[in-house]
Amino acid sequence: MDFFLQQMLNALQWGSFYALIALGYTLVYGVLRLINFAHGDIFMVGAYIAFFVSTWLISGDGLGLPQQAVLWLTIPLTMILTAFVGVTIERVAYRPLRRKGAHRLYVVITALMCGLILENGNLALLGATKRKLPELVDKAVYSIGPLVITNLKLWVIAAAILVFIALQTIVTRTKVGMAMRAVSWDRFALPLMGIPLDSVIVVTFILGSGIAGLGGMLFAMCYPTLEPYMGAMIGWKAFIAAVVGGIGDIRGAFVGGFLLAFVEIMVVAFLPSTYMDLFSFTILLLILWMRPTGIFGTPQTTKI
Amino acid sequence: MLTIVQTLLAVLALLCFGYAIKRVVSQKKIDCLLFLILGVALICAEHFAWLDGYWLSVLKFMGINIVFASSLNLVNGYMGEFSCGHAGFMCVGAYVGGLISIILFTQNKLLGAPLLPPELAPLLFPLIVLVAGCAAAIFGLLVALPSFKTRDDYLAIITIAANYIIIAVIINIDVVGGPRGLSGMRATVRAMERVADVPWMMIWVVLLVMVSVMMLFRLVNSTLGKGIPAVCQNEVAAEIMSVNTKKVKLVAFMVSAGIAGMAGAVYAHMFSSIYANSFGIMKSTEAMVMVYLGGMGSLSGSVMAAILFTLLIEVLRFALPALSDLMHNLPFVPDSFMISQEWKWVLIPLILILLMQFRPEGLLGNRELTQVFPRLKRLLTTARVE
Repeated sequence: MDFFLQQMLNALQWGSFYALIALGYTLVYGVLRLINFAHGDIFMVGAYIAFFVSTWLISGDGLGLPQQAVLWLTIPLTMILTAFVGVTIERVAYRPLRRKGAHRLYVVITALMCGLILENGNLALLGATKRKLPELVDKAVYSIGPLVITNLKLWVIAAAILVFIALQTIVTRTKVGMAMRAVSWDRFALPLMGIPLDSVIVVTFILGSGIAGLGGMLFAMCYPTLEPYMGAMIGWKAFIAAVVGGIGDIRGAFVGGFLLAFVEIMVVAFLPSTYMDLFSFTILLLILWMRPTGIFGTPQTTKI
Repeated sequence: MLTIVQTLLAVLALLCFGYAIKRVVSQKKIDCLLFLILGVALICAEHFAWLDGYWLSVLKFMGINIVFASSLNLVNGYMGEFSCGHAGFMCVGAYVGGLISIILFTQNKLLGAPLLPPELAPLLFPLIVLVAGCAAAIFGLLVALPSFKTRDDYLAIITIAANYIIIAVIINIDVVGGPRGLSGMRATVRAMERVADVPWMMIWVVLLVMVSVMMLFRLVNSTLGKGIPAVCQNEVAAEIMSVNTKKVKLVAFMVSAGIAGMAGAVYAHMFSSIYANSFGIMKSTEAMVMVYLGGMGSLSGSVMAAILFTLLIEVLRFALPALSDLMHNLPFVPDSFMISQEWKWVLIPLILILLMQFRPEGLLGNRELTQVFPRLKRLLTTARVE
């Protein structure tokens, strides 16, 4: 029983990472009907940005700030810079295609290729040396009865829940959120209502990429070794999580992330870890086959 | 035994050659003749060492890429789906082909003594390739069956998942080497060379390219095959027009996967060892780049793009260090900054992105080479018309 509960805690942490990335996927998909395949790599970029910012802030050559200040400065800086990267991709690659009214296939290919460019560009520019994020938080271990939990784990879980609540509020309660829902409802009627389409989309990308940046930073704090391909696999998994929950739905991404993490952690707990990918991708395949719209998704009808 | 096989091979080769010549003469097919001359020239080039080994292996690799790209074109081009896990099927073909050839013809620590005398290898090799193709086609069902219900982006995800599942399964099977890869196919090739000292791999690659391109060409021009672009344009309308969309999808996915598997089996014998991890999403991306570069729904476009792409990769291998040296003449570039081979994989996606922005239909678009250059068509068909 203790073992099970401990694994549950691990699953909660792992699921928080999935949820943080899946939220970005689902936001962009909900607004643009575009699978932003570069999102996992934006997460990786976020981790690298966190590394560079925090190293610069903490080292003697940079500012040499104390640890606590570095942490609180790195979080917003990472989010802003990562959001900037996401918006740049949107401006450079997706927007021209959207303006031309290109087929969705071309946009998806572009997204996939942007991800590859981020990965390999990183590898080519920075080399294959693995980098290590400086320690920003003093590790503390709390034990509740037989269970052991680190403060970082609590932070990650809290961050995921906070981000989820914030996003849900933004999308359902604010004017920007209303505009975002309007874009997904009817993109062509939107300009007629006097809503600037491009700015709404930029806001979406800022939110999605910013959250991915936060996720990347938290991930790097928990698992400090950085490498260019770290975003690829976790990105795909988060995408599975978003699809499992029903892509385009914020609750779906959140729940799907935790669900997938739970399954994976349980697989690893009882089977060799090489089976992890096999299980998660098979789940994806089965869900898409049986119920293509996911848990929270609503079926769409196609008209001729 | 050896002499029997040798005579049999000679008779078979003569029969094939004679049939091809007869076809060319009786039907006056100039395109057929051109292919024949090209194939014979390539085989001679290896046999008499007209080209050095490096370029020969590039040529062989080009052949594999042609088959790989044109088989993907059936799904991504003609049927308009977005399959990005094509390398998975090649992986299945490579492993099945490699495993059968190891079991049948070679002495292996794990799998024991050869089941058949190794002299039979050249006779049975086409069969091995065929079986490997069938195995890959069965794995194609993994994508074909969900495609009845899902389309577009979701199907793309299913293909990616299929690719990962195939790799994960193979890595978890210890008999085929798991993550260490499968090796030992070289022995089969050597057994073939003992029977007759000709460049076997070049022969198989040339035959594979001819057979599979011919198969695809005939499929897309058949009555059944005409349903494939119909499904692409409007699935519901196609169904109303009495196209059996399920059958068409099944055929397209399975043929495409099967031909990729055949390419994989030959590929496995070209390189002495194969690794499941090298058939990942990157390899699939290569195929996609070739298809979209050549043009969706254009077989000759895919062939051309595969040739161009393979050349581009080889040229970049030399061009990047040269560029790096050149760049260091500029004053503001730090000495430590080198243009490494990793930039290749930045440039290739970049090419595809630019292509999507400015010419999304690819080099040839939806047309064949003969439609783009009508004069070429006249040249190739005048003999037939007369």
